[in-house]
Parts: sequence; structure tokens; C-alpha cells
Amino acid sequence: MAKELWKGNEAVAEAAIRAGCRCYFGYPITPQSEIPEYMALHMADTGGVFLQSESEIAAINMVYGASGAGARVMTSSSSPGISLKQEGISYMCGAELPAVIVNVMRGGPGLGTIQPAQGDYFQATRGGGNGDYRLIVLAPATIQEVVDLMQEAFDLADQYRIPVMMLLDGMIGQMMEPVEWTHTPASDLPGKTWATTGTEGKRPPNIINSLFIDPDACNRHNQHLEEKYKKIIENEIKYSINDLVDAEILFVAYGTPSRLARAAARLLGEEGIKAGVFRPISVWPYPYDALREAASQDSVQAVVTVEMSTGQMVDDVRIGVNGVKPVSFIGQAGGVIPSPREVADAAKKALGR
Amino acid sequence: MAGNVTFRQDRCKGCGLCVHVCPVKIIFLDETVTNRKGYHPATIVEMDRCIACANCARMCPDSIITVERL
Amino acid sequence: MAIVYEKSKALTDAEMHYCPGCTHGIIHKLVAETLVDLDVLGKSIGVAPVGCAVFAYDYFNCDMHEAAHGRAPAVATGIKHVLPDRTVFTYQGDGDLAAIGTAEIVHAAMRGEKITTIFVNNAVYGMTGGQMAPTTLVGQKTTTAPFGRSFEHYGAPIRMAELLATIDGAAYIERVTVTTPAHIAKAKRAIKKAFQIQDEGLGFTMVEVLSTCPTNWGMTPVEALSWLNETMIPAFPLSVFRDITKKEK
Repeated sequence: MAKELWKGNEAVAEAAIRAGCRCYFGYPITPQSEIPEYMALHMADTGGVFLQSESEIAAINMVYGASGAGARVMTSSSSPGISLKQEGISYMCGAELPAVIVNVMRGGPGLGTIQPAQGDYFQATRGGGNGDYRLIVLAPATIQEVVDLMQEAFDLADQYRIPVMMLLDGMIGQMMEPVEWTHTPASDLPGKTWATTGTEGKRPPNIINSLFIDPDACNRHNQHLEEKYKKIIENEIKYSINDLVDAEILFVAYGTPSRLARAAARLLGEEGIKAGVFRPISVWPYPYDALREAASQDSVQAVVTVEMSTGQMVDDVRIGVNGVKPVSFIGQAGGVIPSPREVADAAKKALGR
Repeated sequence: MAGNVTFRQDRCKGCGLCVHVCPVKIIFLDETVTNRKGYHPATIVEMDRCIACANCARMCPDSIITVERL
Repeated sequence: MAIVYEKSKALTDAEMHYCPGCTHGIIHKLVAETLVDLDVLGKSIGVAPVGCAVFAYDYFNCDMHEAAHGRAPAVATGIKHVLPDRTVFTYQGDGDLAAIGTAEIVHAAMRGEKITTIFVNNAVYGMTGGQMAPTTLVGQKTTTAPFGRSFEHYGAPIRMAELLATIDGAAYIERVTVTTPAHIAKAKRAIKKAFQIQDEGLGFTMVEVLSTCPTNWGMTPVEALSWLNETMIPAFPLSVFRDITKKEK
């Protein structure tokens, strides 16, 4: 199939529609507003629902309702808006409802900037709202990968009854790249017998709920969720590794910085230093074991984490590497993107050169 | 017109709203009985005076009252 | 022998947790009876609030969705857009609807969401133990307004029925109470009409029900009925504030 030039945000929306999303609720915020705009224009063709809500809080609670009613549903926002959605995300995790939430990250804290950043990593991977919970968080690095992962994001959400976050940054949302649309067959998923669609007098009422007032019941529910998270850790870790053979430097980066790391690796190669790139695609569950294995390779002398933040994923890198090799960090925040030269120099410093 | 009123006394909270709205004033809280919730439940002795208006049942917040017309 | 009154089939057999004499239970009955009368129980989805009615999902014998505090109209919006042929209602208290969820209810009304909201106004926060509500009367003592609600500090109580009646998307807005059998009959007619208008697809419908809170008002259940009639109704007049079916005629 021929390649087409697509803007990231529009590709997100089109991929969601192709993945069977028939329901979108959201509130405009830069740098992701092309997603609701595209949905507003194209969702009607599918007979689906597009609704611009009064706030991000309302949007995620509309998602909560629509998901409870059995719809394949998504919302999108950017950092400050995702903060507002945390209430609904926590409730959806508690009530075990599927949905896809796209975060096209911008700089923070607070209003921050509208430029690309990765300062929401902790919020995304640690459960940004109240309570013991996790989301599946996927972090594509190209627009093609955004498109390829979208069907899987919706399917994983349904399979595990869990919200899935697509963690992008403003760079991926705003740039254009060639995309090849391939048909990913939907997974064979169980029916949503739990949905609140009306009993029709044929079954006992279904109740969507995250309240377990009795502490033992609430503990049991948390343990049940924990079992589910363990299954996700066992089965759904995704990552990629490039140029690991004889690498002295192992860059670790997700999303846009993984592309900077590969550019830096080429610069280092010109200077006779071999560098590989380890790229987590699922940042929760995090590929700790695969990272440790890569870092343990004899040739690797230093692990260098590259982020568009002041250092958040580096905590997971340290957990994964677990002391087998030194871990250092290079990053810029607030919408500033580190240059490949800066990243290459940080790697050389880590090697003591 | 005579009526028959039954109370699920084990579920009565003794709020007295049925007592308050009974037009023939035959409902009272039976202080000789304490239910499992710790309340004196509503009851009627003079059932022959009931007019089956169902005010008591409509007013009961806990839906413990059934009214029949004889 | 004919049954004159029995518990509605649209209520489960669960024992309600409400305090003795709290009129929430009466309002639950009216909603339940309406769902049966209109034969919509099997296609109904209710949205429960946070507040005293948080366990409403255990009491209604239809599919139920427990919302976050104040978000019931947004949750109901999501459900109704996915399932436009179903009957969708929210059951919310004054903290839920008139404080933390003000934006959600106003915008659901603005969009003319075809849902029915049962708004239970008892002028106090019940579940959390008697704190001031946006509908607390000026001078009324609560645990967070121990000297009485001060107009200078907090303004006067918000009248949601009147406020929402100014919105074009609202099809039916009425305020009722349940302090006497006559009021209960009238409240039931209002609730029935609201659900009928929803099913006719005419727009947003809300019935505000003035309700008692004997525990937090510090009164017996019967004293609370009197206080509501004498003190609350003058501040929250009972009336139909909007009915687009009348205009059309």
C-alpha cells in the first residue's frame, strides 16, 4: 500500500476510528487539538459519537459512562488536561473499564509551555490519581508506530478491562511523516456482558462501581487488580533494541528522544564509539529485565538515559539496570529538545572521554 | 372500607412518619418490642379501623409497609 | 383482598442505609414506581452520586453506574449518547449537583441531554456529617457554619431549578417536596412527566425534591417535615419552572 503523509494528531484520530473507536469526548488543548477537530469532522461518517465537553473532567467522566455502556471510546488531551482527567482515570481503573487516553505531552509544571516535553512520565506510569492502580502506557516514537499501536491499545483495554494511555509528546503530535495504513485484525475479545445496557428484564442488574466500603472487600478488590497487573507485566511488555552489537554506550529513551539517541549514536559512530539504543515501547509495564540483559552485555560500559524532562524515566532505568553498569542522564525540559550533539557529548562524558 | 396493613417490622427504623400521616391515628411505635436494628417498630392493633388509604405506606421511607383493601 | 400499596418491583430487597425518617427513601420509591408505571425499568440505566445516595446502585433494580462526585450528568451523557434509546437518569444531592458538579449539570442542560435528573435538596451535606451546602439557608447552623450561614461570607443559597430553567436545552424543570401524602402524589406526577419528556426526546429534565435530614438538622423526623414546610419552602418555592410541552400547546 502507498505511503501517505500524515500529521501525528490526525493520524492518532484516524487510527482510532480504524480501530473501531466510535465514541470520542474531549476538550481542546494545544498541542493536541487536531485530534478532536479530526474526530468532529470524521466520526459522523462512522455513525459514532463526537462531543466537545465543558472540561477535561467532564470528558473523562463521559468516557467513564460510555465505556460502562459498552462503547469503544477514547479521549485525548495534553499535560494540564490529563491532570484534570486523573479523577476519571482512577475511577475507571477501580471499576475496571476499558478506554484509550491519548496524552500529547507539553512542558510543565502548571501551564508550562505548549512545546513538546516528557514531564508526565511519573504521572502516567505510577497511576496519576488516587489509589493503587496502573494503566497500560504505550509510547510510540514515530507516527507509523502510533498508527500501528492504536488497534492494539483498544484491544488491550478491552482484554484486560483497563484504560490504556498512548503517551506521545507534542513533537509526534505536530510533525508530519509518511504512514502506511495496514489492516490489523481485531483480537478475539470476550463480549462485554458486564456493560450497563439495560437488563431488558432478562438478567440481574449490572453495576459499574469503584466503591467497596468494607475494608476487606476493598482489599480483595485491590488484590484482584494486582493479579491483573501481574498478568499484564507477564504478557504485554514491549521494547526495541538497535545496534547493541559491541555497543560501549547503551542509550535508553522513549518517544522522540529515542530518535535523538539514534542520531547521537551515528555521531558517536563517526568518532569510532559504538552506541546502541534501548527503547521501551510499553513504559508500563516497563521492560526492566530486557534492559538489564542489554546493559549486562560485556561491551556496554555506560547506560545513558535521554529524556525531554529533568529525569523521570531514569528512575526506571536504574531499577532495571540494578547497578550492573553506571547510569547517567541527559535531558532538557520545558519544551527544549536536547540536540544529538549534546546527547553524544553526554555519552562521551559517561565513558570518561 | 376496611384495610389490612402489614409491616416488615424487622426492617422498621421507628421514624414515626407513618404514625404522623395516619388519618385515623391507629399506628403506633410498639415500645414493648425492640427489633434487631434496635428500634421500636410501627404496628397497628385496631386494624378494623383502617381505611386502606395507604398514606402510611406511601410515606414509609423504607418501603416496609404493604396495604390491602378487604 | 386487593393490594393498595406494596414495595415497588423496581427496588431491590436491599435494606436502605438512610437514617430513620430521611425522605431519600420516599424519593427512591417515586423514581422506582415511575420506571414501572412507564414500563421502562428494563431499558433504564441509573447513575448514582457521591453523597448520602452513594449506595443507590444497590437499591434500584436496573443497571446502575456509580459516578465520581458531581460527575453524574457527564456519566449519563456518555451512556445516553452510546444508547440513545435507553432511559437514563441521575440521582444527585445538593453537594453533588449544586457545588462540585455545577458545571456538569449546567452543561448537560445546555446541550439538552435527554436524561432525567432527580435532585435531592436537603440544605446540608448529609453523608459527611452535616457540613454547609450551597443550598444551606442563611442563618442555618451546620458543622462548618457553626454560627449559621453568613450572607456576607457565603452569600445566599443557590436555586438550581430556577437557574437551570433559564437554559434553552432544559425541557422540564420542577421543584417539589415529599413532606405529606399530597406532596408525594404531586412529586410522583412531576417525576413521571420528566421521564416521559425524556423518552419523547424533548431535552433535559430535572425534578428538584426538597428532602429532610433529621439527623443533621438535629430534629425528629416529624419535626424535620415541619421545618422543611415552614422554613425551606419559602426559600425554595415549589413550582414548575420550565415545561416546553406547555408552550407548544
